[in-house]
Amino acid sequence: MDLFEYQARDLMERAGVPVLKARVARTPAEAQAAAEALGTAVTVIKAQVKTGGRGKAGGVKLAKSPEEAAQRAAEILGMSIKDHVVETVMVTEGASIAEEYYFSLLLDRAERRYLAMCTREGGMEIEVLADERPDALLKVPIDPRRGLDEATAADIVARAGFDEADAAELVRVFVLLGEVYRDNDATLVEVNPLVRTTDGKILALDGKISLDDNAAFRHPGWSVFADTSHDDPLEVRAREKGLNYVKLDGQVGIIGNGAGLVMSTLDVVAYAGRGLTGHPKPANFLDIGGGASAQVMADGLDIILSDPQVSVVFVNVFGGITACSEVAKGIREALKQLGNRATKPIVVRLDGNAVEVGREILQEYAHPLVTVVDTMDEAARAAAELASAAMGGN
Amino acid sequence: MAIWLDHRSKVIVQGMTGSEGRKHTQRMVMYGTRVVAGVTPGKGGTSVTFEEDPIPVYNSVKEARHATGATVSVIFVPAPFTKSAVMDAIEAGVELIVCITEGVPVRDTAEFFAAAQAAGVRLIGPNCPGLISPGRSNVGIIPPNIARSGHIGLVSKSGTLTYQMMFELGDIGFSTAVGIGGDPIIGTTHIDCLQAFQDDPDTDAIIMIGEIGGDAEERAADYIRDHITKPVVGYVAGFTAPVGRTMGHAGAIVSGSSGTAAAKKVALEAAGVLVGRTPSETAALVREVMRRG
Repeated sequence: MDLFEYQARDLMERAGVPVLKARVARTPAEAQAAAEALGTAVTVIKAQVKTGGRGKAGGVKLAKSPEEAAQRAAEILGMSIKDHVVETVMVTEGASIAEEYYFSLLLDRAERRYLAMCTREGGMEIEVLADERPDALLKVPIDPRRGLDEATAADIVARAGFDEADAAELVRVFVLLGEVYRDNDATLVEVNPLVRTTDGKILALDGKISLDDNAAFRHPGWSVFADTSHDDPLEVRAREKGLNYVKLDGQVGIIGNGAGLVMSTLDVVAYAGRGLTGHPKPANFLDIGGGASAQVMADGLDIILSDPQVSVVFVNVFGGITACSEVAKGIREALKQLGNRATKPIVVRLDGNAVEVGREILQEYAHPLVTVVDTMDEAARAAAELASAAMGGN
Repeated sequence: MAIWLDHRSKVIVQGMTGSEGRKHTQRMVMYGTRVVAGVTPGKGGTSVTFEEDPIPVYNSVKEARHATGATVSVIFVPAPFTKSAVMDAIEAGVELIVCITEGVPVRDTAEFFAAAQAAGVRLIGPNCPGLISPGRSNVGIIPPNIARSGHIGLVSKSGTLTYQMMFELGDIGFSTAVGIGGDPIIGTTHIDCLQAFQDDPDTDAIIMIGEIGGDAEERAADYIRDHITKPVVGYVAGFTAPVGRTMGHAGAIVSGSSGTAAAKKVALEAAGVLVGRTPSETAALVREVMRRG
């Protein structure tokens, strides 16, 4: 889960990292009030979007009075930055910047530990720096058991070539950022830029934090970060049912068990659809997980069938823990509940645990919309052909 | 022969008294896995009966290992308790830890993986189905009896794709199939398994199943080029996955242009790996490789 800048700033402030005073505004009037409350001669109005390139897009503006803050906020709110519509701005104090630096701490998947990255040459995009002048970007592996301790922070400060006068404060700030990373179960804490002001203060001017969703159980406070306003309504409904669902833009609804098999099913359907009229594509990812009950299956089918883009459903299950009999019962249950509202064909492929019972249940039920096909490839083709026919193909 | 697990392996089940642990211990015992002990802190001294044989429960892995000499521990405890369960197993000195639990915070995994590495203990998972050496032993949740014993080695990030592939090639059979899990940090990688299969005289060919996210497949491709002489057949899932969305597994996400299925396929093919477009096409490639010997 990625946080907005103002949320990242809050977590840093709570840990004692020096940041600018700031307030959040959702209207120009709120921005004006925020600037008044901050009471500084200059304020900065910053678009809150979870994407880069904000500055270039005009999403960061200076204001020299509360009235101007309101005007600037009016310009920024509603702006679209790389398809992210700005709904919130952060109003901060101004800062007089002497130098810009970069610091981040992140999960290094490949090396299976953490990685700290730091450079004195902040201000430019870090990917560009890493690409063009890799030597200028210091990379220091961090042992997850020790975290970013003082000795490591001191090593980073020395090797990055910071001035002696700033060393102690930078070490303190880096250790605090390490605490932000650890205590919040973050997978990324980035400060870009980290600055030294003309009066010698070290400040985290802009921050980015990503949190590990798996750790939500030990962070009850994270519910405030939930950002569902832009989510697809079907995704919201699926989440409420505890289903792992991602909406895509095709016509073949997909239900399967296990993330890998479902991803594979999407691919196989897309291949099958390539040569057909209208090029039917998968409409969603839906993993009912291991050991799913008939109810879970029925919930999943219900969500997919209510997607107006879906013209056919493909149920692809290899029963490991999941019993195919439960899957078959779930299909039957969902169709019973839907009654004559069920109009879309359902192609089913079952294998593995309790497959005979599962196939028997569907055979006995003999619903005109349900077709059982033996293999994954044939079933994908059958589903793609039905979708193609619905799009005007033969 | 097989890798890491055979008929002699004595196995401890951490979380055996819980519902998941109990269910899967039953399946493992029926398969013939030598489950010799359970561990649940606070329930030491009790026992759970499977197939008419009581299996003793201990308070710690150390006690269980001391009493039974087991070298493998499989973990079914809930995510909030997984880190302490893994640490318990590491400290007890088992050789192989198989962590089935899903939803473990990556900070916990990073910490217990570092501890396992320092102690020289092999960790498989977390969030994985475990491993099976057909006809010999089954540790985890891989369904028994979908494939016979044979000479294909399989390594996969995905559980159900492992089952699907074993099912497609059940008649040819497998030496060992390992589900390494799809989390951002996992204890055993594709590369670890590739090398173990390369060294295993019982394995003639290797199937490597990958999926979107990270660069483990690209790294494995480099490794194959330099170190693996046995034929490798690959499959990658997630060609149609959209950018920036997590597809079920916590690690399965395409970030910008990195982690795509297409890039992984290209890297594997450049290393001489035959890559199937679908599971059944992959199985057909394996049949051809096995036929050619």
